[in-house]
Amino acid sequence: MPHDDHDHPHALLPPEPALRVKALETILTRKGLIDPAALDEIIDTYQNKIGPKNGARVVAKAWADPEFKQALLQDATAVVADLGYYGRQGEHMVVVENTPEQHNMVVCTLCSCYPWPLLGIPPGWYKSDAYRARAVREPRKVLSEFGVSLPKDTSVRVWDSTAEIRYLVLPMRPGRTEGLSEDELAVLVTRDSMIGTGLPRVRS
Amino acid sequence: MTRVHDMGGRFGDWAIRPESEDEPVFAENWQARALAVTLASGFLGQWNIDVSRHARERLSPTDYARFSYYEKWISGLADLLVENDVLTLDDLRDASEGDHPLAARMLRAEAVAGALAKGGPADRASDTPIKFEIGDSVRTVRPTANRFVDGGHTRLPGYAAGAKGRILKLHGTHVLPDSNAHGLGEAPEPLYAVAFPASELWVNPEHPKDEVVLDLWQSYLEPL
Repeated sequence: MPHDDHDHPHALLPPEPALRVKALETILTRKGLIDPAALDEIIDTYQNKIGPKNGARVVAKAWADPEFKQALLQDATAVVADLGYYGRQGEHMVVVENTPEQHNMVVCTLCSCYPWPLLGIPPGWYKSDAYRARAVREPRKVLSEFGVSLPKDTSVRVWDSTAEIRYLVLPMRPGRTEGLSEDELAVLVTRDSMIGTGLPRVRS
Repeated sequence: MTRVHDMGGRFGDWAIRPESEDEPVFAENWQARALAVTLASGFLGQWNIDVSRHARERLSPTDYARFSYYEKWISGLADLLVENDVLTLDDLRDASEGDHPLAARMLRAEAVAGALAKGGPADRASDTPIKFEIGDSVRTVRPTANRFVDGGHTRLPGYAAGAKGRILKLHGTHVLPDSNAHGLGEAPEPLYAVAFPASELWVNPEHPKDEVVLDLWQSYLEPL
């Protein structure tokens, strides 16, 4: 394995990733700059408290309540903040609606920007070179790798998150869901359907 | 003109491997630690989000391509800590215990929830007049590059340089990363969602009606 580029300070740390992280955590703790208990707290937040269930609640509510949906499409930041979803990487939210005419899909080609308060930490594929490189140029081919194929007349709009605006896709409400409660609807909303690489679950 | 992170539209990458939604958030424990150490270090207040993105982009192309996602984070963080005089090179080799002038700023466990919930909005009041209206045709600058610092941070991807699009939405006035990543001030200016027909960006678009939308600052755009 080649060595790190020696012009950069990081090359002084152990090369193996787990050891590299451990070394830096230890150094910062010794200097009184990091509280290991704070790290546990951060991890717990994104592992257990904040995740795609938040986004699913928003989508289900939009499916169930036309006025809420209108407000959400108008000013998502304020509307989701009212539900308690605000914070780091979700300071400026825009929700984009799928229709029979247009399908939306979200990527960040330059890094991995993602709406954390609504979807949590992005999955591995969202951060992969392959998704970042290909989603803008061949979204339909990428969708096919997720098992999604769109009607011929549906256009695709890919949102490349190049600024601090974070996008959430509002998928179309599946058929045969009349009369379902918001909680029942939320179960149908997948993470990928809110990124635009998937569709909601169909009721069995 | 750009760096290795600017990969939108690139050919040659593999098929995507979708993951079940039940997969753990962090495949390995060290990845969770890497994220947490990076966030906690950010709260020392020695850099902003644009500086930290640029630190990852400045990894050498070899390192960038070879490192996994969180290896980029942790390596970029080590570089930032030294460049901002939080740690010395000797500290990285062998850190001694001791009083650090920034220790008072350490993020404590009980402050985590509040700090994450507070976020860090990027919109700011700006004196720069709004130049474009919804529906206006614009062209992005070409080449894509930071106009203040050679090789500096910018958020106009190479694939969209010199492309014709139309203004879809005004997001308000936001901090300009090209300036903010280099200690040159926040320099807020209007930020727009700009829609580009796929045919404007790619030689062989998949569908005549497809579009790509990018969020672009006013100084990235010229009237048409």
